[in-house]
Amino acid sequence: MGHIKELAGKEGLFTGGHRLCAGCGIPVVVRQFLAVTEHPVIVAAGTGCLQVASAIYPYTAWRTGFIHSAFANTASTISGVEAAYKALKRKGLTDKEFHFIAIAGDGGTYDIGLQALSGMLERGHRVVYICNDNEGYMNTGVQASSATPLGADTTTTPVGARSKGKERERKDIIGIVLAHNVPYVAQVSPAHWHDLTSKAKKALKTEGPSFINSLTPCPRGWRSETHISMELCRLAVDTCYWPLFEVEEGVWRLNYRPRIKRPLADYLRTQARFKHLFLPENKDILENLQASVDRQWEQILKLCDGN
Amino acid sequence: MVQTALEKQSGSGKGTALSGNEAIALAIRQVNPDVVAAYPITPQTDIVQYVAQFVADGQVDAEFLGVESEHSAMSACIGACAAGARTVTATSSQGLAYMWETLHIASGMRLPIVMAVVNRALSSPLNIHCDHSDSMGARDTGWIQIYSSNVQEAYDNFIQAIKVAEDPEVMLPVMVCMDGFLVSHSLENLQIIPDEEISSFLISTRDQSGLLFQPVTFGAMDLQDYYFEHRRQIIAAMETAKGVLLRTGKSFKDLTGRAYGLLSGYRIDDAEIAVVVIGSLSGSVQVVIDELRSEGIKAGMVNLRVFRPFPVREVASALSRCRAVAVLDRSDSLSTGGGPLFIDVRSALYAGPESRGAERPVIVNYVYGLGGRLVSLDDIRRVFEELKRVVSSGHTTRLINYLGVRE
Repeated sequence: MGHIKELAGKEGLFTGGHRLCAGCGIPVVVRQFLAVTEHPVIVAAGTGCLQVASAIYPYTAWRTGFIHSAFANTASTISGVEAAYKALKRKGLTDKEFHFIAIAGDGGTYDIGLQALSGMLERGHRVVYICNDNEGYMNTGVQASSATPLGADTTTTPVGARSKGKERERKDIIGIVLAHNVPYVAQVSPAHWHDLTSKAKKALKTEGPSFINSLTPCPRGWRSETHISMELCRLAVDTCYWPLFEVEEGVWRLNYRPRIKRPLADYLRTQARFKHLFLPENKDILENLQASVDRQWEQILKLCDGN
Repeated sequence: MVQTALEKQSGSGKGTALSGNEAIALAIRQVNPDVVAAYPITPQTDIVQYVAQFVADGQVDAEFLGVESEHSAMSACIGACAAGARTVTATSSQGLAYMWETLHIASGMRLPIVMAVVNRALSSPLNIHCDHSDSMGARDTGWIQIYSSNVQEAYDNFIQAIKVAEDPEVMLPVMVCMDGFLVSHSLENLQIIPDEEISSFLISTRDQSGLLFQPVTFGAMDLQDYYFEHRRQIIAAMETAKGVLLRTGKSFKDLTGRAYGLLSGYRIDDAEIAVVVIGSLSGSVQVVIDELRSEGIKAGMVNLRVFRPFPVREVASALSRCRAVAVLDRSDSLSTGGGPLFIDVRSALYAGPESRGAERPVIVNYVYGLGGRLVSLDDIRRVFEELKRVVSSGHTTRLINYLGVRE
């Protein structure tokens, strides 16, 4: 994959005509991922924006095999598909190679699907699991998930006389996945397409489970302009809010170090879900968020140890 | 590791003493599944252990997924079956309840998964013993439900279930139910069908279809314009399944000499009073009927094998000549309207020309055996005594009764 034009020109396995919103990051992530596949693909998706916007009977946007079952079970559904493949291949009923890809949102990954994800990772299925992390339950109308950042204004953590948005920090899903000792884990942003596709290739070649967490903008939920989604992703990386790294067989590697680490406020200011944090009385939350990002960044630098 | 009579059989021996769970495990090996995804729960646990051992010993070439929950067990079965694999599993009680949302998805996607359900009471209170609350709670999930009265039936039903589920006209999942402990842990002299006869009986009519063979979409969303039609197709498949169950029963009889229909009658043809049962209680009821017959009382029984699809016409027809009928439910709907079997049987009696008002029997309901409460022959005699009283008086004193409960 030499050039973005080459990537964009490849016949898509995820076609146009799907009904995802303007500015949504999900189709960008999915198309970049599918563009670097080498074998037939079977995708399992959890209930959510991607599924309801891409497969409304009698239409489908998928030129791959595609299965959606429920919300909590993306990982266990694809586990079954992969197990069937192993059995049928051994019995000589198929001789093809396949890529098995699970795609879920943060609600389906950090929350309701966490147990199924844990089971899939522990059992060691050869599956690439992609989390489209838009930091909340956006399909149902912007409720907070355990991926929603501190201070964010959502419909279940609303700002009010007694509330300043979400009271807790987001869950460390990467840490949870790494505790399963899986061979490949990475964090990506669709604005850094070269990084994303390189990691996709590695994940697709991994013998065993791999996990990719992607920052995936949701202009509806984040209350951001639809045309700046990719800039917003870049800002998330440049502020070190969303560091790009990978962990291969337990070895951490930092894939991108911003020349100038920009203040977190530059990123937060683009999204009205954080608007209240810029009021003078909420200065402490803003400072806590910045401190948390700084702490996380230092930790990652340490874990990467010059890699 | 698993030291059982299973080791004595090599697939061709006949008349081996096996428990219900062992018989199901053996059937699972013999139907040659591609994927088994399961999670242990009492009293189903043995099945999972035996199958894992079969896989470990190379006696069945299947992928065994020891998943982390029943929700994932059924989810993995859905993925595997949609991919094109012959897929089986087993569960009980809370496990079946935990699968609930995925049960609907399996039938909605028209996936021929076959699942052994070892019937056990539901919490709360926690109880590991037999009743039918679990599978009756799943009666409207779009699964075919076949019940077994003994070990032989459980084994025979499981093998037939594969053929029924995979029939291109059906393509629905099937639960093969047997009473927890009463059948699952009882040893019985099992007539085992040789492996090669089962493979020819089950020669797959299913095309190589599914995710591994075509880039198809499973689980699309339907809006108001298609959902109803797709649900209607499930009902049509259920209607078709009745004929397929009968056809399969017939070819199974040709193979083994053992006959299976949608229900079986015991001395029902000329019976004036009759009970309707499901499952292992039918054996005890037969003993009581024989006693009553020797006293000149025309007693009979209908033992329902297939609960979903519900054999409306067949039930109505079997009971049409009776004057009084007691429906014995091993679960309650908790609706105050009686147990689920009672509700469907009573409804069937209003279904067709066989049930013209004047000829309809008086019907009563007995809920029994919840949480494994034993039912004695005396309990069953009391039911028939009441039916005799109903016939002579022409009416019931109490429509819904609870057999053997302290109150």
